[in-house]
Amino acid sequence: MSVFAPISLDDLVTQVPDGALLAVPADYSGAPMAATRALIRRGARNLRLVTVPQSTLQADLLIGAGCVTEVETAAVTLGEFGIAPCFTRAALAKTVRVIDATCPAIHAGLQAAEKDVPFLPLRGILGSDLVKHRPDWKTVDNPMAASGDPILLIPAIRPDVALFHAPMADREGNVWIGRRRELATIAHASRTTLVTVERIHDGSFFDDERLAAGALPAFYIQAIAIAERGAAPVGLFGEYEPDLDHLRAYAREARTEAGFRAYLAREVGTAKAAA
Amino acid sequence: MTECRPEELLAATLAAQIPDVRHIAVGAASPIPAAAALLHQARSKERVHVTILHSRRYNSFTDGGRELFDAAAQGRIDVFFLGGVQIDGEANINLVGLGEYPNLTQRFPGSFGSPYMAFVVPNVILFREEHSPRTLVRKVDFVSAPGWSPEGVWRRGGPRALVTGLAVMTFDAPRRRFRLTSVHPGRTTEEVRNATGFDFDMPDRAPTTAVPDAVTLGLLRSEIAAKLREFYPDFAARVFPVPA
Repeated sequence: MSVFAPISLDDLVTQVPDGALLAVPADYSGAPMAATRALIRRGARNLRLVTVPQSTLQADLLIGAGCVTEVETAAVTLGEFGIAPCFTRAALAKTVRVIDATCPAIHAGLQAAEKDVPFLPLRGILGSDLVKHRPDWKTVDNPMAASGDPILLIPAIRPDVALFHAPMADREGNVWIGRRRELATIAHASRTTLVTVERIHDGSFFDDERLAAGALPAFYIQAIAIAERGAAPVGLFGEYEPDLDHLRAYAREARTEAGFRAYLAREVGTAKAAA
Repeated sequence: MTECRPEELLAATLAAQIPDVRHIAVGAASPIPAAAALLHQARSKERVHVTILHSRRYNSFTDGGRELFDAAAQGRIDVFFLGGVQIDGEANINLVGLGEYPNLTQRFPGSFGSPYMAFVVPNVILFREEHSPRTLVRKVDFVSAPGWSPEGVWRRGGPRALVTGLAVMTFDAPRRRFRLTSVHPGRTTEEVRNATGFDFDMPDRAPTTAVPDAVTLGLLRSEIAAKLREFYPDFAARVFPVPA
């Protein structure tokens, strides 16, 4: 039997254990905002976040809500709306450990995990202060070169859980990601992949080669929940634009801890959850 | 002379730093570099690819976030723009924070792809509108991307020029030093010297940055503005208001 059934959002986020290494995508490839709010309401703790390769509101909310102990990232920012306030506060107060990385290193770490090899080499980066502060990144002498050629090795990143939002799943539990192939990389690299979708496509993506080209096969995916407008207020590729007024207002409101608490109570529903 | 907005001057000045190339890429949140790349494309007699990561239409990558970096590693991207909260006299850039890492007194978003792109892309153009002793410093607090590398370290490219709201400088990597190339209209070399936290070479007389001609302004305000409206609507509305 190959038919699958979507589960509820609340059941989905119970599959993110406290302490998990959790990989989340950048806004351009489906930020799972509804699931993030559910994760905060469930009171997730000690998450170790890997942003692929950067994040905005999603990482800021999880950090501000106290769900995160460390974050590996190439950048956390609200982009045109300015700094990510909770990330910035937590980084300065050292309540969250920031493991500074760079975009291609995060992609390479996940690609190493896809191949189940311990590392991938990358050009460049040598001489960046990142290397000084990343004892897990190793500079070696290229063994294929005739003479000295230092090159950086990036260790595999193997997330416990990948969590993202996509436009649709089909009746067999395949997920359509279009050209956002980093979602496939994240899923391939992770032990468990949890997905929220806008809707269920009636049929199989593999009956249509045009849809099959953008499909992530069901065998990588442990659970799917339906969450309409599940990326909002961030946008979703090909579906809807970001709610710029919401993001602008968040950037202002979350500048203070009290403002952030008010946002959480109103937009995430933590007051209800705590009651 | 036609009245020219500062953003138009900067876009045209950045475009003037772009050599004859096949592929220019522009990172996120960079409307002025995007305008410069599109302007270069519009004026080029050869076929030029422009990738604007901020756009859907001008971002033709289909193989995930890594494809930009893999394509750049292979030398398929000739020009890229980088900014820096701090930029120093050796063209090092800092996107991480102020203070002694990890004990920072100010935290910035993070390094993005800069430590990689600065090595693999032949022509990196540094761009920072604010030209002050706060942004252009003697030594950055944290090196996100080094401006140069010692002998024996593989490196295809790096920073070639720095464009700010005051001036244009070119970077001489072997000498690890900037040289003032031109000063924007209405600004003086004295002003540039006082606003710059690092030492740089100065010609006896620095020319004035060329103001975009009527043809260039016409292109920016019509063809380029129309393209920018798709992915930088706020910027396009502010800089290129549609005539009533």
